[in-house]
Amino acid sequence: MKAVCYMGVEKMSVETVPDPTILNPRDAIVKISSTCICGSDLHLYNGFVPTMEQGDIMGHEFMGEVVEVGAGLKPDKLKVGDRVVVPFTIACGNCFFCKKQLWSLCNNSNPNYWIAEELMGYSPSGLFGYTHMLGGYAGGQAQYARVPFADVGPIKVPDGIPDEKAVFLSDIYPTGYFGAVMADIEPGDTVAIWGCGPVAQFSIRSCFTMGAERVIAIDRFDYRLRMAQAGGAEIINYEEVDDVVQTLKDMTGNIGPDRCIDAVGMEAHDHGIMYMMDRAKQMARLEMDRPIALRQAIQACRKGGTVSVPGVYTGFDDNIPMGAFMNKGLTMKAGQTHMMRYMKPLLETIEKGEFDPSFVISHRVPIDRAPEMYKIFRDKKENCTKVVLDPWADGARAA
Amino acid sequence: MAENARIRITDAGRGRSRSMSPQRWGALIGGSALAIYGITRRSPLGIALAASGGSLALLAANRKPSPESAASAAILVSCTPQEVYRFWRDFENLPRFMNRLESVSKLDDRRWRWVALGPAGKSIRWDTEISNERENEHIAWHSLPDSDIQVDGSVDFRSAPADRGTLIEVHIEYSPSLGTGKLANFLNKGANFIIRQDLRRLEAMMEAGEIPTIEGQSHGRRDFLTGVMRVADPTQPIRPSSKMTETFAARRRMA
Repeated sequence: MKAVCYMGVEKMSVETVPDPTILNPRDAIVKISSTCICGSDLHLYNGFVPTMEQGDIMGHEFMGEVVEVGAGLKPDKLKVGDRVVVPFTIACGNCFFCKKQLWSLCNNSNPNYWIAEELMGYSPSGLFGYTHMLGGYAGGQAQYARVPFADVGPIKVPDGIPDEKAVFLSDIYPTGYFGAVMADIEPGDTVAIWGCGPVAQFSIRSCFTMGAERVIAIDRFDYRLRMAQAGGAEIINYEEVDDVVQTLKDMTGNIGPDRCIDAVGMEAHDHGIMYMMDRAKQMARLEMDRPIALRQAIQACRKGGTVSVPGVYTGFDDNIPMGAFMNKGLTMKAGQTHMMRYMKPLLETIEKGEFDPSFVISHRVPIDRAPEMYKIFRDKKENCTKVVLDPWADGARAA
Repeated sequence: MAENARIRITDAGRGRSRSMSPQRWGALIGGSALAIYGITRRSPLGIALAASGGSLALLAANRKPSPESAASAAILVSCTPQEVYRFWRDFENLPRFMNRLESVSKLDDRRWRWVALGPAGKSIRWDTEISNERENEHIAWHSLPDSDIQVDGSVDFRSAPADRGTLIEVHIEYSPSLGTGKLANFLNKGANFIIRQDLRRLEAMMEAGEIPTIEGQSHGRRDFLTGVMRVADPTQPIRPSSKMTETFAARRRMA
């Protein structure tokens, strides 16, 4: 089958690899109909997340049809022919964490838990196509994928809903929603969101459904800011202001946004000396992340407010304003999305026609063009917001 | 030349001597060097190198019993003490999660024959007898004479508070490490790591019904570094009868 493989930093390649097979009783094989490149895949592309290996199959946002099931799967849960969206987190469904609905913290789905335990104390759940530290599972930017614990994660999708609406249930729609959930929004709140990528776009819209009065979105690309505006947000282009924190104070009458959402993560951009230092340290691997958005979120958040972090961080970061965090009595919530909590209710919003997540799509291309799309997406060329790959389309240039 | 390279170590326990092959010394020295290099790397790859170096050195250094060589680990598993007691009491189940064991077979209800993957391409065999047990709570076993190595162990099962399952505590006293003092401490840490990984796999088996794996999955072309990382995976035993090059090739093919 064809698969997008990581072949080194900034080197993606569509390789022909063996079709996946059932390895464990609760596995299923899915024939993929649609798959996407996620903003978090760009951290891997740029080489800033450790434990990627040459030959790893990328991708954690995919859907398709079940073509094979393991002996441990009951037909009432999943059977051949089911059309499913597969969540990017893998969960066993039986451990302490799964029983508490903390699905992305499943204790039994990461075969390489010991690496994560060395780095973080304990291991989160395994993820598709997202480093060996987080499982080393072959990802979904391919024609087929093996899905472990397939009776827990995949959710059946009615035929009436096209792929382009359903596929984002695999990660970014629930993740954007989860970003808003973690912010503990109260009616009338003002929410500031760093980043206007697809996750942030879904967060903006989710904040309003949870009762937020104002949402202020921060980015540097006009086309992304315009999309945020279309969702009802006020916008700040941080390249056009001296100081994002002061701008937020000015916009809120010096009280600050009640809730701050960092939908940027480890590769934030900014201007100024701090940014240059972070950039240099990250290049030299002295610091694993560039936590600029997180610093600003902590600084800007109103006293007693909440900082929500759906953006991806990997390691040990410098100059986190702990003094501000403590003395202002802030709450911080973070995590990979507990997918299985939100997939079903969010599928219902799509089914009922209340929400159509397909507005974030900017590119629909055959899988053969994935390597160049990584670069275009990373460099924000062609107004790229979201790339959907068709694993079966013929390789010739098409759109 | 070859004779000169062999170093003889007197075995005080039985009054006969054992020789240590050059390969074994190589593994010990190389493993320790790898471990030290890995520790200084302070990265996941470094951790991998350190841990695998440590276990390599551990395997190479495994010798006759000495009371100070002990390791233990504990794990909380979401199941009842009865379930996990019954699973463990049938020792033939142990190789399902202890991946350095080749087999455990029943001699009679209290005696079991263990075969493990040893260093330098050899299997190690030892027989044990249950020395003490309380149903659903405790099993202890000790090795019998005429075993290749001595491994005495015990396991306790206790109900955890708030219906959180069963706390399993394992304690092993095993064949002597070569060194004393700091080196022995270091090697014991390697043994602790191995037992902890075994218990993590037991947890997955009891809770999820299977042990998560990526072994055998699809992937694109692997490079040299990946091969090194695979060999360096300390959770995987080095199979007997395989030369280093074969091990390397096999691991490189793995996911």
